[in-house]
Amino acid sequence: MSRQAGRGTESKKMNSELFTLTYGALVTQLCKDYENDEDVNKQLDKMGYNIGVRLIEDFLARSNVGRCHDFRETADVISKIAFKMYLGITPSVTNWSPGGDEFSLILENNPLVDFVELPDNHSSLIYSNLLCGVLRGALEMVQMAVDVKFVQDTLKGDSVTEIRMKFIRRIEDNLPAGEE
Amino acid sequence: MESRFTRGKSPLLERALGRPRCEVSLSAFALLFSELVQYCQNRVYSVAELQAKLAQLGQQVGWKVLDPLAARERSGRRETKVLSALLLVKGPLWRALFGREADKLEQANDDARTFYVIEKEPLVNAFISVPRENSSLNCAAFTAGLVEAVLGASGFPAKVSAHWHKG
Repeated sequence: MSRQAGRGTESKKMNSELFTLTYGALVTQLCKDYENDEDVNKQLDKMGYNIGVRLIEDFLARSNVGRCHDFRETADVISKIAFKMYLGITPSVTNWSPGGDEFSLILENNPLVDFVELPDNHSSLIYSNLLCGVLRGALEMVQMAVDVKFVQDTLKGDSVTEIRMKFIRRIEDNLPAGEE
Repeated sequence: MESRFTRGKSPLLERALGRPRCEVSLSAFALLFSELVQYCQNRVYSVAELQAKLAQLGQQVGWKVLDPLAARERSGRRETKVLSALLLVKGPLWRALFGREADKLEQANDDARTFYVIEKEPLVNAFISVPRENSSLNCAAFTAGLVEAVLGASGFPAKVSAHWHKG
């Protein structure tokens, strides 16, 4: 397995505090700009999607992971390689549905929510919704349409954070008109 | 009264301060920051407003960062002199946020109250490319807002802005 030589940033890491605080400032700003939590959730998902679409390229370039053959492999790559690479955590993959098309990621600790508390007037805010968008956007770029949502959230009093991912369908490449 | 004052002891505040337990990748921050800049860009009409918005977000971060910094680096004691406050910014603050100290701290020749914190490659600008028509934009305005909040909350109200520095 040869790594591409001379690739500048080889997984540079940084202290998670600035990251956590910047995300907090972003969510606070969104709460000020939008009237209700639902809109903030949607905006976070949208921004996450934009990030995911770019993140997948960075990920594929740095991880040398080949194409995943099925959803189980995808789940493993996401939890063991991607999350580790970007957020420094390794969520566990559990709760597979009988059909093998849904699973849960259990995050013991989430760097986005370090020292965060949700005030009472924002009880329907999905604080880490950016992650859902990122996963959705990144997988869409590798031809997988998925539905991602939070099922449990430590900010809302649950003991762990659980993200449920459901495979919807494979996205077929659409050839541009005229090329057959 | 706001519920956070009447709710009673929050388990979060009872936790030990500790050091951050995990490290995130630089690209994660870069992608988040770039999305943040784009979000602000869509809501403003000029470069100056964009820098102001970034500074505002930086301030929010700055207010939160001072307490843990003072608790960890100075055993909770406040800096009471201008120069030591600035050295706190240049050294421990920069190291806590960006992993390394700022390159230089200089005083202006013509004005004893103006100082420069100089950095060759600011982390926040690492992956930002500025198109020519916006060439006055410096996303380190975020960091400037951060420093302004830190100095202000330390008792040294200041105006902090980001500029390009030649050599």
